[in-house]
Amino acid sequence: MNDKKLIIIGLLIFFGVCSSVCWYNWLSAAEKGAPEPLLSEKAKAAGYCVVPKDKMKAEHMKILDQWREHVVRTGKREYVIPETGRTFNMSLSTGEDSCMGCHSNKSEFCDRCHDYASVKPYCWDCHLEPKEKE
Amino acid sequence: MEKSRRSFLKIAGVAALGVGFTKPTLNAYASSVVGPHPQIGDKALSAHHWGMVIDTRKFHSEKDLEPIVEACHKAHNVPDFSDMPNATSAEKKRHEIKWIWGEPYHNAFTDKENHYQSHRIEHLSFPVLCNHCEEPPCVLACPTKATFRRDDGIVLMDFHRCIGCRFCMAACPYGSRSFNFVDPRRAENLKEETCPDFPTRMKGVVEKCNLCAERLAKGLQPACAEASKGAIAVGDLGDPHSNVRVLLEHNFSIRRKPSLGTEPSVYYIV
Amino acid sequence: MLETALKGNRTYWVWLGILALIIGAGFVVYLQQFKIGLGITGMSRDVSWGFYIAQFTFLVGVAAGGVMIVLPYYLHDYKAFGKITILGEFLAVSAISMCLMFIIADLGQPMRALNVILHPTPRSMLFYDMIVLNGYLFLNIFVGWIVLQCERNSVPPPKWIKPFIYISIPFAFGIHTVTAYLYCGLPGRHFWLTAILAPRFLSSAFAAGPAFLILLCFILRKFTSFDAGEKAIQTVSKIVTYAIIANVFFFGCEVFVAMYSGIPGHVVHLKYLFVDGILAPWMWTSMALMLLAILLLLYPPTRRNESVLIVACILVFAGTWIDKGLGMISGGFVPNPLHQMNEYAPTGMELMITLAVWAAGFFILTVLYKMAVTVKEETA
Repeated sequence: MNDKKLIIIGLLIFFGVCSSVCWYNWLSAAEKGAPEPLLSEKAKAAGYCVVPKDKMKAEHMKILDQWREHVVRTGKREYVIPETGRTFNMSLSTGEDSCMGCHSNKSEFCDRCHDYASVKPYCWDCHLEPKEKE
Repeated sequence: MEKSRRSFLKIAGVAALGVGFTKPTLNAYASSVVGPHPQIGDKALSAHHWGMVIDTRKFHSEKDLEPIVEACHKAHNVPDFSDMPNATSAEKKRHEIKWIWGEPYHNAFTDKENHYQSHRIEHLSFPVLCNHCEEPPCVLACPTKATFRRDDGIVLMDFHRCIGCRFCMAACPYGSRSFNFVDPRRAENLKEETCPDFPTRMKGVVEKCNLCAERLAKGLQPACAEASKGAIAVGDLGDPHSNVRVLLEHNFSIRRKPSLGTEPSVYYIV
Repeated sequence: MLETALKGNRTYWVWLGILALIIGAGFVVYLQQFKIGLGITGMSRDVSWGFYIAQFTFLVGVAAGGVMIVLPYYLHDYKAFGKITILGEFLAVSAISMCLMFIIADLGQPMRALNVILHPTPRSMLFYDMIVLNGYLFLNIFVGWIVLQCERNSVPPPKWIKPFIYISIPFAFGIHTVTAYLYCGLPGRHFWLTAILAPRFLSSAFAAGPAFLILLCFILRKFTSFDAGEKAIQTVSKIVTYAIIANVFFFGCEVFVAMYSGIPGHVVHLKYLFVDGILAPWMWTSMALMLLAILLLLYPPTRRNESVLIVACILVFAGTWIDKGLGMISGGFVPNPLHQMNEYAPTGMELMITLAVWAAGFFILTVLYKMAVTVKEETA
């Protein structure tokens, strides 16, 4: 019963395979670097969004989730910021004042980071993306 | 020692519960008073109980329904599989999706059939759609509240939440619900053109008429009413002076299968 | 204990291999369904539930049928069933597993299945169905496993297991009652809108489940040294007899109410099933099978004859399967609420997935029974 070597080799292979995803990510990230989302002209000109940029970066998926809950279930479709008097159309993809109404460059604004982070939000299975100018 | 540990755990547990309960309440309070919050827009039309009155006397042939159906299906990106290449006719029929469509009297009003019927009724095509019932069996059946009745009476679908169990389709006594058996974007009409004001659906969810909740929110009448040249009126059934209540007061009307107790909000003047 | 299932003879492994092949083939087809959608099935706007949900309904019955062994043994101390309670429990486990697989196969958005827990909706019957099905599955695995383990160690089962056993009995009735409530609480579906649906489901369950168990006992006796015993089998066969009689009787009540009252909404579905529809030959066959089974089972000399009993049990199983696994669902959807006839027939892909789920169920059943039988052989 002297399988010590075999066991250790087996364990090494096992952990190697298990952690390969992490290694792959670390190595490929170091190579490419994380992308920055690009703002459309309209978004640049506006200079503000519903919440500050950093919070948006971290929490946009939660905000979208809350918004859809409000729009679909309570019929509240307008987001108002009393301090500035600004209102937003609480819609991902319909109308001027919606998310995509301002960020009309999906491939540069959404896809770059999503592709990088390998997230595939199914928003676009239903929501229509704005037609981008070639 | 053991005792103090236990009492600590108890206190910690109660404290955690307290935090859990108070935090959302505080948030709700905060959002309703100051700070950014969602609201119903100024232009939005509102009602105590949305309802529809269809004056079938204004329809003369099936042709009169066509623009109505087209307006609805176009506004909501309803797929049309009828000209799907390499699909059998049976498949096209199975995968059909419709929000509003025409049916003969004996199919629309199954408990009011007569042997001898006036010539006009016998040959008329009646628009049928979701009845936005006051006691909707579909809402009762749905295991995730993906279909629900809003306070203003509109029965809606949350396409994000639907798991596609189709219990609501079994529950609906009016056949008003359709299921996306395949990706609706495969349909020729949606490949050609989509309406930017409303999303499409994804495969595996149920859909139906939403009484144009998205248009009412913008102050617009539902697409069918707009296209009907006055034959379809949408308004507040809860207001005795509303357009729909006045119509109902002055004309004899019927509803589909009232004996089931679902209390449809769609009335037909015959 | 699972290690006992890893040692078996050639037949055992060949059988598991065949099942695994069918499961694999079905899984490939399922991937296709996952990609394209439920459009690969024969279901439609009008017949929105098809073969999957029908199999689910039938198998809930088979699972509930296990209680006909558990109840007499634990509540009435009927000793002859002592040897086969574990078979009833493990049959329930595999049947419920199939039910859950069929539900997942039937969902348009299977990835969202847990929304049922995330957004619990106690007004929906599916909410309760989820609770009782998973509860019953857990109880049967738990009780079966603990009792078998004790048997292996030659110690009596612990006292604390008793409450779990007692709870599992109302759960068995619960799973099939709630499954019937899925259908019979829907306004506008007159075929199902009947108070006798739940009793009818239970009676067909208590016929189909135990009949299948008898067949399994004979199979076990042929391939292993396990013998359920003449007395146990005869008692189970009497249970089958009266359950199948009740089932046919309840159906007769249904037919009487519909046909004598003549209310079109009720008549039309029966007329579709037995006269107008594509299922008519199947439904008549089902009736013939069940009636013939009653004759064979009721007459003691034929019931006591093992070969005849086997035939009768097959008749019961096939008859109730056609009744519930084919007719019950289509019959309610055709004609549709607008009184239009749109037929339903499963597609080849749908049948393949169905077959694979059955194979998966038999796989689980084989492994569990292997364990049970090995323990019985060890301690014998």
